[in-house]
Amino acid sequence: MSAQTLYDKLWDRHLVRCDDDGTCLLYIDRHLVHEVTSPQAFEGLRLAGRLPWRSGANIAVPDHNVPTTDRTIGISDPLSRIQVETLDANCEEYGITEFAMNDIRQGIVHIIGPEQGVTLPGMTIVCGDSHTSTHGALGTLAFGIGTSEVEHALATQCIIQKKARNMLVSVDGQVGPGITAKDITLAIIGKIGTAGGTGYVIEYGGDAIQALSMEGRMTVCNMSIEAGARAGMIAVDDKTIDYVEGRPYAPGGALWGQAKADWQSLHSDPDAYYDRVVHLDAATIQPQVTWGTSPEMVVAVDGSVPDPEEESDPVKREGMQAALAYMGLAAKTPITEIYPDTIFIGSCTNARIEDLRAAAVVVKGHKLAANIKRAMVVPGSGLVKKQAEAEGLDTIFKAAGFEWREPGCSMCLGMNDDRLSPKERCASTSNRNFEGRQGPGGRTHLVSPAMAAAAAITGHFVDVRTLEV
Amino acid sequence: MDAFSTLNGLVAPLDRSNVDTDAIIPKQFLKSIKRTGFGPNLFDEWRYLDYGEIGTDCSKRPLNPDFVLNQKRYQGAQILLARENFGCGSSREHAPWALLDYGFRAVIAPSYADIFANNCFKNGILPIVLSAEAVVTLFAEVATAPGYQLNIDLEKQQVTTPAGVVFDFAVDAFRKKCLLQGLDDISLTLAHVEEIKAFEVRRKIDEPWLFGP
Ligand code: SF4
Repeated sequence: MSAQTLYDKLWDRHLVRCDDDGTCLLYIDRHLVHEVTSPQAFEGLRLAGRLPWRSGANIAVPDHNVPTTDRTIGISDPLSRIQVETLDANCEEYGITEFAMNDIRQGIVHIIGPEQGVTLPGMTIVCGDSHTSTHGALGTLAFGIGTSEVEHALATQCIIQKKARNMLVSVDGQVGPGITAKDITLAIIGKIGTAGGTGYVIEYGGDAIQALSMEGRMTVCNMSIEAGARAGMIAVDDKTIDYVEGRPYAPGGALWGQAKADWQSLHSDPDAYYDRVVHLDAATIQPQVTWGTSPEMVVAVDGSVPDPEEESDPVKREGMQAALAYMGLAAKTPITEIYPDTIFIGSCTNARIEDLRAAAVVVKGHKLAANIKRAMVVPGSGLVKKQAEAEGLDTIFKAAGFEWREPGCSMCLGMNDDRLSPKERCASTSNRNFEGRQGPGGRTHLVSPAMAAAAAITGHFVDVRTLEV
Repeated sequence: MDAFSTLNGLVAPLDRSNVDTDAIIPKQFLKSIKRTGFGPNLFDEWRYLDYGEIGTDCSKRPLNPDFVLNQKRYQGAQILLARENFGCGSSREHAPWALLDYGFRAVIAPSYADIFANNCFKNGILPIVLSAEAVVTLFAEVATAPGYQLNIDLEKQQVTTPAGVVFDFAVDAFRKKCLLQGLDDISLTLAHVEEIKAFEVRRKIDEPWLFGP
């Protein structure tokens, strides 16, 4: 057999059938379900008199819409409550395992998958959410789908797809001290653009990727969608296998040995062919801060807001002008002279335990700067929260003036009460800085947890490496 | 899903690149558990001057006079002309649901985000890709000709301007068939039930750990 990429291998393993025109049926091992994109799918199933193909392949959790404040009183917003209750009822009716709102295992769907061992190497994973790409960090083929496809996956355990092209993003060499996975992924998007990966599945490789922890790899794969790719993935190595071992839904006993042996082959062959290869020199990556309303509008912290006048492409120039107007920023403003009002540490990009540790190290012994009106830490899951509390991280954040919340998507998209007001400026560890994303008129700057923490205590963006911590 | 064969429709131009799904339908409307009723909230933040919530009567809200869809000449538009990377962002199918509910049956742009384009096909909306130059031409023509209509023929894969200029477009053969006949994906897939079952049996042997204890 000719040399294959990891994507080729995963694709072939799951191919049920293929038509001559390349339209294929791909078998789905795991389907993750949340409350926002599933109600219409269950309704469709019910109307057609169909049942889930294999209930056990589905795992559900409410995350987008849940309050992050005291939950013992239930959900006060009636619409959010209906949506969460609809998920509960659908899971009950169809025998689908759900980590309900007050379960300690509840959290953001892309955080709890790997955490519970629900995500296993070699799987195909779908979810009605574009950041499903996160799970690719464990050597899976994982992508977001729409609600019609949620219904299709429920009913048939398959997805109709054509094969995408292969792209390798190789981050060569090692990053400098203090540079995080978030800086790497923002630098990649800055280089290839938000449509750079359209039509491709991205595999991340190179020394700097291999050196990342599993959680860091999840941060990188998470933002594949911001680079335009439907899926991102990283080869399985010992780190992957060590990470999975012993997790609640991971195989045990004799099956563990068998699984582990199989997973060793989940990497691209040495001379596999990629349709596109992009190299980044890890050593040149600096802490990143977005200045605009698209994740590709990003610069290093020691840079400045670019000047639209220097852009020759008229469509791009207008886009930059609109972004600057929306963000309330003047061209050429140094990034370190941008002052956020709000700090949000959370989301499926950066709300795992290592993220909270990285932020806590910076915050420890400091107070929020006087201009910071509000700062929140929203752990990615109940178990992340518990772990952080066991390590005393909550005390560090609270002492500095942060709010310590219950797990969920929260201000990443502001479907619950956690939103920005018009013109409120936020240093956010999430993945999207679109207009209105965190609240209508809200202004988002995407950064790493350490950089968000640095902005919290100094009151402006600053190279976290220059702070004495 | 409604079938799509030909369309002769008024064109509305949305002159921005990277229009994301948060702009197409803001998240507060995602709290609905229905598929319909999103039309009045399409492009909500651009279209109205106030903040919209689910259930607010949109006919009483202040319109943003500068937003293109609020201009009289574009009322009743069925074809949306857009710039590159249209529909980027989330996987929410509420975006095509909103476009459809508003009355759009086709979008023309140089490129789309993958999931969005896929979601369009599944809802009877045709996302047409034309070259960047063709799109530039169309934007210029729409601007100068009130009442500007395009003719779309899916069978022939052609867009024809009022002057008779024809642009060919490519479309996936399977998606084309589904749209032309209004076919439901799930029934099509369930025609292969035996193949799926046979595959699953093999998979249980090869990777038994995927099937629980
Ligand atoms: S944290 Fe944000 S990006 Fe992630 S799943 Fe939730 S809303 Fe989507």
